[in-house]
Amino acid sequence: MRIEGHAVCLPADIDTDQIIAGRYLRTKDRSVWKRHVFEDLDADLAERLDGAVIVAGKNFGCGSSREQAPVALKVAGVRAIVAPSFARIFFRNAINIGLPLAEAEILCNDGDRVEIDLSAGMITIAGKTRDIRPLSPRMLEMLAAGGLVSHWRQKR
Amino acid sequence: MPSLSERILAGVAGEYVDREVDRAYVHDGTGVLTYETWRALGTGEVARPSRVYVLFDHIVPANNSTTADLQHELRNFALFHGLQFSDIGGGICHQLMGEGIALPGEIIAGADSHTCTLGAFGAFATGVGATDMAAIVASGMTWFRIPDTIGLIFSGTLSGGAEAKDLALTYVARLGMDGATYRALEFIGDGVSSLSMDSRLTICNLSVETGAKTGMFYADQVTREYLMAYGQETAIQDPPDRTYNQEYPFDLGAIEPVIAVSPRVDTIRPVDELAGIPLDQIFVGTCTNGRYEDLSRFAAVVRGKKVKVRTIIGPASRSIMSKAARTGVLSDLIAAGCTILPPGCGPCLGAHMGVIGEGEICLSTSNRNFRNRMGVGGEIYLSSVATAAASAIRGEITSPGGMV
Ligand code: SF4
Repeated sequence: MRIEGHAVCLPADIDTDQIIAGRYLRTKDRSVWKRHVFEDLDADLAERLDGAVIVAGKNFGCGSSREQAPVALKVAGVRAIVAPSFARIFFRNAINIGLPLAEAEILCNDGDRVEIDLSAGMITIAGKTRDIRPLSPRMLEMLAAGGLVSHWRQKR
Repeated sequence: MPSLSERILAGVAGEYVDREVDRAYVHDGTGVLTYETWRALGTGEVARPSRVYVLFDHIVPANNSTTADLQHELRNFALFHGLQFSDIGGGICHQLMGEGIALPGEIIAGADSHTCTLGAFGAFATGVGATDMAAIVASGMTWFRIPDTIGLIFSGTLSGGAEAKDLALTYVARLGMDGATYRALEFIGDGVSSLSMDSRLTICNLSVETGAKTGMFYADQVTREYLMAYGQETAIQDPPDRTYNQEYPFDLGAIEPVIAVSPRVDTIRPVDELAGIPLDQIFVGTCTNGRYEDLSRFAAVVRGKKVKVRTIIGPASRSIMSKAARTGVLSDLIAAGCTILPPGCGPCLGAHMGVIGEGEICLSTSNRNFRNRMGVGGEIYLSSVATAAASAIRGEITSPGGMV
């Protein structure tokens, strides 16, 4: 699986309240999450997410189990997230909804070209290549299917 | 000897396993997305309705018609499929599961990050998202990667003004916000037997703030007696006989009252250092510190006095509230000028009641002080109940030592 996009760089310990605040959870309307993603962190960020690969510091997605967080990023157009580590519930949630994650420590500048090859376990940013921690075969299968729901439906 | 996670999940750390889930639960916040995703799976089946719990606690009673509609739909789903259901006013999901439902040795998945609270019973209890939960509802199963374990070794007993919450904030600060990511915590040592079930629930509640998958106590005599009161006859678990790759010793006698300052749970300061900071609101409640012991300790301090700052008390469940009514704790709180909320999460997530305004500071007994969580532009400081009570009397941050 290959993913490309422009880098949007974020600091460490981005929590799920920063990704999508609790006050926007009470809806099924995904466009609400798309509009308000990262609102409390940087109100202009949402507009730069279409086609982006987020390159963040460690512990991305810590905090609550709200699956609206990865969903908000996905509907905003984020293609993948790269970080040295992820909070574990966020990690499962993202894979389950078909949003690829890559564990790697790599420097970046906003706008850098990012290429990820998930099956080969490699990431390239602005010409520099690094290994990423491999995903389990089950996770790769789920991502290839587009998430748990389509994976489930394919198998039944 | 294997860790408690390895014993319960029957495998070795690092292994991926598929396991049947003994109890699964959602609340009104995560239940809606779980239900939607479950419908998308297309099976139309709930594998084990007697093991699936739907517990309304986040926005209760409903605050507007959008919430009411979503709750209406979820309520109908629960009732139609014969799921275990607790409507508004019953209490916070983790507390209700801890009132004689969660048992030692069980595998428990909750669609909420603080599911780790139930590790207090010697269960493997962990939070999952809505999609994982939808698959659990449909199949009764999920997968786990068996975690490595970090040992927190307690000696001595808590003393002075310190309580379990201070110990919890102290260990979170020591490990850091991602110090235990993908791993489990075990709380062991001679210091454990002096900790009540309510204290253990508070200690396990905070384990996710280190990134941990769960935090666990081994079921002992204290666990057994607590569950006996709910008519559950349970065995005690063989205590650990092992060393951990990573161990942290804590002398409970040396734990001091602390506050986690906004916006990080792992940044603590001794209460004394912050004494005198004026407060706009105090909130005592949540799945961390809304239990009977907490209400009663708070009441003991404010009894016969008046609080000097708006103070909101949220009992964690109906049975806690009714016990507080029976014993007079509730009337003491009301007489002291506190506002009592219906059982539920209330102000904790800033979506319903007790929201704070820009520039306001709330001293809260909850578990998260992230930026804007209780209201845009507001700051949250986390403390124990004793610190909250002393501060309520003065209207500013006050060390519990100074009051008692
Ligand atoms: S009380 Fe707060 S932390 Fe606990 S379940 Fe409710 S919202 Fe979450």
